[in-house]
Amino acid sequence: MEDLLRDYLPIVVFIGIGAVIAIALMASSFLIAYRNPDPEKLSAYECGFNAFDDARMKFDVRFYLVAILFIIFDLEVAFLFPWAITFGDLGWYGFWSMMLFLGVLTVGFIYEWKKGALEWD
Amino acid sequence: MDGFVGTYLIPGVIMVAQSLLLLVLLLVFIAYLLYADRKVWAAVQMRRGPNVVGPWGLFQSFADLLKFVLKEPIVPSGSNKGIFLLAPVVTATLAFAAWAVIPFDAGWVISNINVGILYIFAISSLGVYGIIMAGWASNSKYPFLAALRSAAQMVSYEVSIGFVIVTVLLCVGSLNLSDIVVAQETGLGTRLGLVPSLLDWHWLPLLPMFVVFFVSALAETNRPPFDLVEAESELVAGFMSEYSATPYLLFMLGEYVSIVLMCALGSILFLGGWLPPVSIAPFTWIPGIVWFVLKLSLLFFMFAMVKAFVPRYRYDQLMRLGWKVFLPLSLASVFVVAAVLQYMGWAP
Amino acid sequence: MILHTLFFYLFSVVTIASALMVISSRNPVHSVLFLILAFFNAAGLFLLLGAEFLAMILVVVYVGAVAVLFLFVVMMLDVDFVELRQGFLQYLPVGGLIGVVLLAELLIVLGGWAFAPTVGSAPVAPIPAISEMTNTAAIGQLLYTRYIFFFQAAGFVLLVAMIGAIVLTLRHKPGVKRQNIAAQVARRATVEIRHVEPGQGL
Repeated sequence: MEDLLRDYLPIVVFIGIGAVIAIALMASSFLIAYRNPDPEKLSAYECGFNAFDDARMKFDVRFYLVAILFIIFDLEVAFLFPWAITFGDLGWYGFWSMMLFLGVLTVGFIYEWKKGALEWD
Repeated sequence: MDGFVGTYLIPGVIMVAQSLLLLVLLLVFIAYLLYADRKVWAAVQMRRGPNVVGPWGLFQSFADLLKFVLKEPIVPSGSNKGIFLLAPVVTATLAFAAWAVIPFDAGWVISNINVGILYIFAISSLGVYGIIMAGWASNSKYPFLAALRSAAQMVSYEVSIGFVIVTVLLCVGSLNLSDIVVAQETGLGTRLGLVPSLLDWHWLPLLPMFVVFFVSALAETNRPPFDLVEAESELVAGFMSEYSATPYLLFMLGEYVSIVLMCALGSILFLGGWLPPVSIAPFTWIPGIVWFVLKLSLLFFMFAMVKAFVPRYRYDQLMRLGWKVFLPLSLASVFVVAAVLQYMGWAP
Repeated sequence: MILHTLFFYLFSVVTIASALMVISSRNPVHSVLFLILAFFNAAGLFLLLGAEFLAMILVVVYVGAVAVLFLFVVMMLDVDFVELRQGFLQYLPVGGLIGVVLLAELLIVLGGWAFAPTVGSAPVAPIPAISEMTNTAAIGQLLYTRYIFFFQAAGFVLLVAMIGAIVLTLRHKPGVKRQNIAAQVARRATVEIRHVEPGQGL
């Protein structure tokens, strides 16, 4: 237990130092550089005219579908990790156990392919 | 008091020193990879590339750094200021964070955790946040559209990277990155009775997966030909349109740090990490870190060449490649690799 | 050991504080970002318990995937959150009831510990020491053989989720031209060069 945590402390320190470097780089420009803001400079970029309306708009539901499908496949990968490393001990039983699981999800994959959920238009 | 110094202070100072050393070396290395990237790109287009600052332009990246620091930082008036400034810091910090578990040589690692590959997978799946936050907080049309595109693109290719990692793990039986390298000391070549050599590494038996990994890594890091996020003919500069000065620099730095991370991961998973190409006398004298950096640079050279001569994909082609080609291919290879290992009794 | 305690309190305080911010902040995007912070700290708590695999999976699945979907929804779907908040009082009884049920369940678990302190030390499948086996391997040894039915049930739940998502969201636009790559690749060369005299045409 204690050994385990000893492994993770350097990671916390490393991330901390990484964050400090990032913040220092960012702050340097705000501290050093000459600043002369004016309303035109600070307006949103739009090719030569003023923005018509709020930039945040409704968009195609397809993006949500991609995100949901990603969650499902990500979970599938998460289930594969412990299987992959105990694979030798589990033998054929473990192999077919996982193949049944993957088979069920492959049915879903074929369904979404046939339904055209993977088409992008 | 003596106990405090012995148990906390000295290990703490060592930890900080190691982390600082690695980060500084990494940043200097990346400064030169950037230079190399531009030189390769220039050479393909028969230009000279950067050659003014310092001898052969060697100090170009440092001059660029100074330029970024001295530029005027702009925070658009319509933006959500907090998130707008948080996004580049998050991108850069996450890109750095993954390096904590990369082994450069046997035992040369900041932290040798049991679940190293999972840690990298977790950190790289967070990369999408910097982009979504930047795109949304800018409150401008081009960054917003680019953030959407990029989020969908990154998650699509992450799935195939996950399956590719699983196929490698099947051959190794451990989530530890050092174990993955050590497992490549024996393989196809040694089964045929040869000395340990580059024939043992995973690239040979898992060649299709190496290709899938390489292309997915290009897409995951928004490198050309998959740089639709910043396709300048459509979306100006993508999610970075509203950024200037060092906030912009942090995005670019984060992008390059994660590209080099993908190269490092590729050389650990498929090219035997710090192992020499042939385990005989002149090669074994050279320290492992040299081999590691050479392999990493080779992969980066491939990244640079792809950028130089492959035309950009269209968005529907990109999604098709991810979901309809790589996903079934990598899923099938999990099945095939597992079946072969189990049938031959080679499972670790 | 001091560090262990220190980190425990750090993680738990930040988890609770950010969970409070999730329900109290005005901007829904800030809510999701605080939710992500809460997930991170929960992963930290898992690590302190020695469950490194679960900690990483929590980050991969919840932060890397589920929260991305949440962000998509709150950032980009045009939901009127002021209007949503107006129903707050109306739903208060239902929400309160769920809260009471959860509290009661927690109390039952704690009560179980108080009545039978030994119940925790006799699990069906004890966790092997970390020095013998990493906990990823320990999960792998049990999940795919001993708990195979639960594992397969999880597969079916994912299948239902996949089909459900497609049934609910998929709408095809009429009249979209798509590239058929198989047809393009299979096409035989029909282009030829013919010499045409000026003013003749084919």
